[in-house]
Amino acid sequence: MLEVHLPGLDLKNPVMPASGCFAFGAEYGRLYDLSKLGAIIIKAATLEPRFGNPTPRVAETPGGMLNAIGLQNPGADKIISQELPRLADYDVPIIANIAGSEMSDYVATAKKLSENPVVKALELNISCPNVKHGGIMFGTVPEVAAELTAKVKAVSKKPVYVKLSPNVTDIVAMAEAVEAAGADGLSMINTLLGMRIDLKTQKPVLANKTGGLSGPAIKPVAIRMVYEVSQKVKIPIIGMGGIQNADDVIEYFLAGASAVAIGTANFVDPFVCPKIIEQLPKKLEALHVTDINELVGRSWRPCVKKNASSLR
Amino acid sequence: MLITGHREIADNIFELKLQGDMAAEVSQPGQFVHIRVSGSDSITPLLRRPISICSVDKKEKELTLIYRRSGLGTERMARAEKGSRLDALGPLGHGFPVPQEDAGSALIVGGGVGVPPLYGLSRELVKKGFRVTHVLGFRSAKDVFYEQEFATLGQTIILTEDGTSGQKGLVTDVLDGLNYEAAFACGPLPMLKAVKNKVTGRPLYISLEQRMGCGIGACLACVVRASDTNDGKGYRRVCCDGPVFKAEEVELC
Repeated sequence: MLEVHLPGLDLKNPVMPASGCFAFGAEYGRLYDLSKLGAIIIKAATLEPRFGNPTPRVAETPGGMLNAIGLQNPGADKIISQELPRLADYDVPIIANIAGSEMSDYVATAKKLSENPVVKALELNISCPNVKHGGIMFGTVPEVAAELTAKVKAVSKKPVYVKLSPNVTDIVAMAEAVEAAGADGLSMINTLLGMRIDLKTQKPVLANKTGGLSGPAIKPVAIRMVYEVSQKVKIPIIGMGGIQNADDVIEYFLAGASAVAIGTANFVDPFVCPKIIEQLPKKLEALHVTDINELVGRSWRPCVKKNASSLR
Repeated sequence: MLITGHREIADNIFELKLQGDMAAEVSQPGQFVHIRVSGSDSITPLLRRPISICSVDKKEKELTLIYRRSGLGTERMARAEKGSRLDALGPLGHGFPVPQEDAGSALIVGGGVGVPPLYGLSRELVKKGFRVTHVLGFRSAKDVFYEQEFATLGQTIILTEDGTSGQKGLVTDVLDGLNYEAAFACGPLPMLKAVKNKVTGRPLYISLEQRMGCGIGACLACVVRASDTNDGKGYRRVCCDGPVFKAEEVELC
């Protein structure tokens, strides 16, 4: 009922924690069995270790939060030697999110991580708003995004999902550009660039001044983008942005997503992913749906065939 | 957890008593709980609020928390009534180490809303046979709380910035003349820095405050730099490596 098959990923269910919200699983692994998850998208890896931005790194907003962590991570080599072996013990596919400042960084990191047997797919992070170089720069110009996608595809041993930034005027153009460059799938959306100003200090709350907005507040933006893009591309979409419960997951499927990732909600309720996975079958039954794949794009498909997975 | 008591004990300072099985899991003074103020059906405020544990009564399965009402989350929390329930995650973090033997003398320095976890610490130290001296600083008389509670455990020096209660001045004004073998501090960062400069040649443990996301070590929102430049990781997470650290372990900036 919940099984989903995407390039490189055979998922027992379509729910996975989003990159950056779950570190490398160790902390949540102490709370529940990670094998319950459809997949895990691990925290962004860069070629060299990064400390990230000064604090404060988070600020709450109505129905959401801003973060400017700044891609803090121990570097690709340490992730491979210290984090991936532990994750190999679970029955859950790992998606490695990769980031960089230069195209050559992305390519080297992609090559290293895609060669690891624990990693089943890459998520190409061309949309981080919190780093000075790279990140979002690669995610706002279609030609640059396409060139990077092609270069990473050329070295990657695993399928590549490109994580799109919502901070663009034409999301469809971005999606079509990376699809043409060989992307196997899309992740959308990353955070929306935002800011909060403290009334007492009269300065931005975040040390980085701007941050990425996530949480329920951004869900309508993400739904709209998944709805638009899924009608124009043939590759599958992992939908994300503000998912809090099983109804939100279904909404993303209706918009056109083939799987979903959950980020901020893990901070609100650390058990949210297994809870949603448990609730989904009942929700589907109530809709008289026997296979979640039937729901993909139902909001715009003129007529839904019994097995929609063939349409993906 | 069930709210078994909730009252304002000083200006905008609330004492909240929570009953539940979590109380049995508290292992050190200085740990905290992460409270979902909004309840399960609201997204405002979205994030949990980390509140330090003031003291624990394991027999009654009861935690006492003290917090300052200062924003959206704590304003909402202050309206929670006795008999209702709060969604609390915890106990989280590493608290103050209480030496198992070699009882001696301890100095406890607290500032404002940093004072609460030091009460539980002092109770544990006194139980182990320590002679404890408390130096507690507040803005003004209306902000002072738990003066009597601390006084029953040991010498207690109260200071206020405006002199309306106790001595006029800052906590660091009175540290020089005191005898102690180990020191413990919690309060605003400038106070911690000043205390670190005053306490030398003896162990000093400090409890840090930082904006948090997950509260369990995954999101890396609350990191501080490690002092040792050769440190393998280079950072500590306030939520799970701390909130209590040896003063020389982390950079205070």
